[in-house]
Amino acid sequence: MERRTIFGHRLLPVALVAPQFLLTLVFFLWPACEAVWTSLTRQDPFGLHSQFAGFDNFVELFTDSLYRDSIGRTVFFMIAVSALSMSSALLLAVFADREIRGRMTYRTLLIWPYAIAPAMAAVLWILLLQPRIGLIGVLLNRHGVSWDYHLNDRQAMLVVVLACAWKQVSYNFIFFLAGLQSVPRSVLEAARMDGARGWHRFRTITFPLLAPTTFFLIVVNLVYAAFDTFGTIQALTQGGPGKATETLMVKVYRDGVVNLDIGSSSAQSVVLMIGVIALTALQFRFLGRGGRRESAA
Amino acid sequence: MAMLELIGLRKNFGTTEVLRQIDLSLASGEMLVIVGASGCGKSTLLRIVAGLETPSAGRILLEERDITSVDPSARDIAMVFQNYALYPHMTVFENMAYGLRIRGLSREDIAHRVDETAALLGLSEFLGRKPRQLSGGQRQRVAMGRAIVREPRLFLFDEPLSNLDATLRVRTRAEIRRLQRRLGVTSLYVTHDQVEAMTLGDRLLVLHQGRPAQLATPMEVFEHPADTYVAGFIGAPAMNFLPATLIEAGTAAKLEAGPLVHFIDGKRDGSDGKTLTIGVRPEHIRIDPEGVPLRIDLIEPLGSETLIHGRLAAPGETPLVIRLAGKAPEGDILTVAFPPEQMHVFDAATGRRLP
Repeated sequence: MERRTIFGHRLLPVALVAPQFLLTLVFFLWPACEAVWTSLTRQDPFGLHSQFAGFDNFVELFTDSLYRDSIGRTVFFMIAVSALSMSSALLLAVFADREIRGRMTYRTLLIWPYAIAPAMAAVLWILLLQPRIGLIGVLLNRHGVSWDYHLNDRQAMLVVVLACAWKQVSYNFIFFLAGLQSVPRSVLEAARMDGARGWHRFRTITFPLLAPTTFFLIVVNLVYAAFDTFGTIQALTQGGPGKATETLMVKVYRDGVVNLDIGSSSAQSVVLMIGVIALTALQFRFLGRGGRRESAA
Repeated sequence: MAMLELIGLRKNFGTTEVLRQIDLSLASGEMLVIVGASGCGKSTLLRIVAGLETPSAGRILLEERDITSVDPSARDIAMVFQNYALYPHMTVFENMAYGLRIRGLSREDIAHRVDETAALLGLSEFLGRKPRQLSGGQRQRVAMGRAIVREPRLFLFDEPLSNLDATLRVRTRAEIRRLQRRLGVTSLYVTHDQVEAMTLGDRLLVLHQGRPAQLATPMEVFEHPADTYVAGFIGAPAMNFLPATLIEAGTAAKLEAGPLVHFIDGKRDGSDGKTLTIGVRPEHIRIDPEGVPLRIDLIEPLGSETLIHGRLAAPGETPLVIRLAGKAPEGDILTVAFPPEQMHVFDAATGRRLP
């Protein structure tokens, strides 16, 4: 049943909503509108003049091979981060779901990385992987692996994927653990009595029953990898070496803030904005209603 | 030959003793019902046989092979769960075929066996449905089918009827018994429902606080309950208990309520003055003008018979339930008598039957 609270005064509800509304307006809606507008203009590098340019920025964007490269790179990055972070989270969740000593401690520790700021996470990984001061980096170089993610494209991609995936493991872990715990114990026991052992049982019973959770996490992880990893990448590699780790988000920053091509950068933002809207719509469509139906059943 | 043998089975959860010393032997094709109040350990016993719990002590032999430490997946035992535990993401066909696929049967064999079993249970038209598209009774039958199709050496039933409504329960009960007879599978059936226990079992095992209180045929349990617990548990409404003392060199009992009753089936051991509990079933109490007065406080008409609840208007004020054929007699007071040929005599101190 829906609960309704009656306010005696007309101004009170307005006053309560106002702060959130103002924040959204100033930090989200206004910049978004500004971005849409500037994406249709061309500005000189000093920001003194601008002229209306129609869809020129967008046309240029999609004929630019550098932009297409960045899309490919971002897609690869999104899939790599999601796959790595989800598979490790699932593995950890399966272990945490068992009857083990110190289970609560183990679970709590696994949730910590989620609370760490992106830049801090990056610093942690630098301390591990930096070729001259990082624990693992130094070891690798000492044992004949030429390791320097500031020079090697693939190593740079590996490092950002690792760091970004690691940050998301906690989130996935919590959802997978909850998913595993909602698989009825008797169903697993029935499978056991039917002769299904370990991996087979997991593949044919547990994993299919986790499907709603998995699908939800795929969407969330793709969104995270695409839009929420800028801080970590910027702190680790600044999109380099060259353009090796320049995802779409990093490119928006580089083109706009560093290279001052405000028009193109805004156009890219608008494209990303459409991407986010599409993914969110997809998520709502399949999970908003579908998810509720599953839990009600 | 014994199909299933349980030898000295015990189970502790921490310091709590759930099962204490269960010894049991099932003949091939026999259906044994384990009955008891909730928390008596009956489900634990079943799960130990299934392999889902490990016993703290004792051995389990299936066809003379020790399976105590064999994984449930290798025991060749099928179980029907209380909540059915169907695989929600699979169709009825896939649910039933799951165990056969694991055993590596050919596609044709699987289809053949599933079809046959589905026909037996009237499930043929539902093979393509998912469990959530089925009614409770249909789900229950799928759970049965999943067990039957495997042709296991032993069937375990864990309160399979408790989630069904009353009408369906009666029908399914008869169906289970027919199927079990027809297929001749050795079965262990756990229930808290005494009607199920009486109607389904070749033999009953009454469990009380983890101990076997009695192991016998249903009629034997009903007619000669081994102790006051069994006597009170089997039969509805429950048996009446009257305090008494042994007199006349063990040949008679003096009821606290007044009357003196001579045992017609021989003398009981024990010295005079020993305290007894006399059990009389509600349907065996007679109305007798020379009997003990009973103050009626509730009458429950059941149509063809009537239940009368009251208290004896004698020392002790023992509560009493009487089942009479036909309508209730007029008045607030009844005089009742306890026929000696229908009396169960128990030792008041131990609760054991005095034979």
